[in-house]
Amino acid sequence: MREIQAQAITQVVRKLCMQANYHLSPDLKDRILASRAQEPWKPAQEILDRIIENYQIAEKKEVAICQDTGMACVFVELGQEVHIIGDLRQAIDEGVRQGYADGCLRKSVVADPLRRVNTQDNTPAMVYYDMVPGDSFKITVAPKGFGSENMSQLKMLKPSDGVEGVKEFVLKAVEEAGPNPCPPIVVGVGIGGTFDKVAYLAKKALLRPVDQPNPDPFYQEMESELLEKINRLGIGPQGFGGKTTALAVNIETLPTHIAGLPVAVNINCHVTRHQTEVL
Amino acid sequence: MAKRLQVPFTPEEARKLKSGESVLLSGIIYTARDAAHKRLVELLSQGKPLPLDLQNATIYYVGPTPPKGDQVIGSAGPTTSYRMDAYSPILIANGETGMIGKGKRGPEVIAAMQQYGAVYFGAIGGAGALLSNCITKAELVAYEDLGAEAIRRLEVKDLPVTVIIDAEGNNLYETGRKKYLTSLATL
Repeated sequence: MREIQAQAITQVVRKLCMQANYHLSPDLKDRILASRAQEPWKPAQEILDRIIENYQIAEKKEVAICQDTGMACVFVELGQEVHIIGDLRQAIDEGVRQGYADGCLRKSVVADPLRRVNTQDNTPAMVYYDMVPGDSFKITVAPKGFGSENMSQLKMLKPSDGVEGVKEFVLKAVEEAGPNPCPPIVVGVGIGGTFDKVAYLAKKALLRPVDQPNPDPFYQEMESELLEKINRLGIGPQGFGGKTTALAVNIETLPTHIAGLPVAVNINCHVTRHQTEVL
Repeated sequence: MAKRLQVPFTPEEARKLKSGESVLLSGIIYTARDAAHKRLVELLSQGKPLPLDLQNATIYYVGPTPPKGDQVIGSAGPTTSYRMDAYSPILIANGETGMIGKGKRGPEVIAAMQQYGAVYFGAIGGAGALLSNCITKAELVAYEDLGAEAIRRLEVKDLPVTVIIDAEGNNLYETGRKKYLTSLATL
């Protein structure tokens, strides 16, 4: 049994909140640069140049890339041989509280969805726990902006809708979102599981580096086909027209029921942020 | 080449701007998002005075991050505009001539823009660190309790925006995409 102090987790979460909001991951930066190189439309090129300039400024000055520093989505992979000394949930929220205060990040959380009073410290975090074998502790902070979150969709398709039904639904979600989610976007797709799990899959898909396709060749093929089709819609960066509507499509799947075909599309903007640390 | 424009501007000046034009804004603008819009519209419906002068005003839909170090304001890019659609026609009818945000607008907003002479600009969504550099002064005007959503008066210098919807109702989200797709077809 390995022991980890809750305070150590607070420190890591604090740091990851700041790092994720200041620095894009190298895979995403590379993809933005590659898309700029392949963008044929002049107005779209200019916007991509500004997007690149923006993340460079944020990186250099260590300031937020985007003012929507998101809800702190925290993914925990907890080895079952690990014993946390202290309250894990509280430790994570304390890390978010400190990271958002010390990092000059925006506090964007309201305590109740209808009465809407700001909690002033960006807590609570949205925490996802996954128990895994072994004694490792892996934690990912993925601040999620809501311009893109609001454009996400979920549908319980029929098994007869099949592959075509799924593709059609993803394309429809991107089309309906249009300029709203700050394209170029990253599209997280969940297929299978249950009503709740499919949404989780779509969100988890956004954590996968954009240069790592799904290991299953069937879904890898679907990812490239969807990306190509999305980039033929013509929405373009910021919706002013152009090729670069999406930077990547990441699909995650789970087994599902004989009667169902759940599908969820979680859209993220060009500021798709996540930072991970293993304790 | 981008056109330079002083804010505030009149409805007549708003009507001269054309969808698709790049504009650099300099002067005074105000920030307001969902919660501040709701309060402004409530005040108007009660016939009470507003905390800002709406006449010829431009409102920027932004909730900035807190300033870091010697920054005037933190990252300050636009938020999605459709959430203000319920309120914008009322503000336009009361003097607002410019809106800065990102994303689609509803038909009621566009109708009000045409009727009164107002324009909808897009700033680059997700470019908050870059746009922050164009803000030279920021001061709190009202609703401090709303935190990032409070109304602030901003002095801006050459804030880069694009006219998305002009006072004739022309919409870059429709025309820009169409032009790009047509250019592909003619290749």
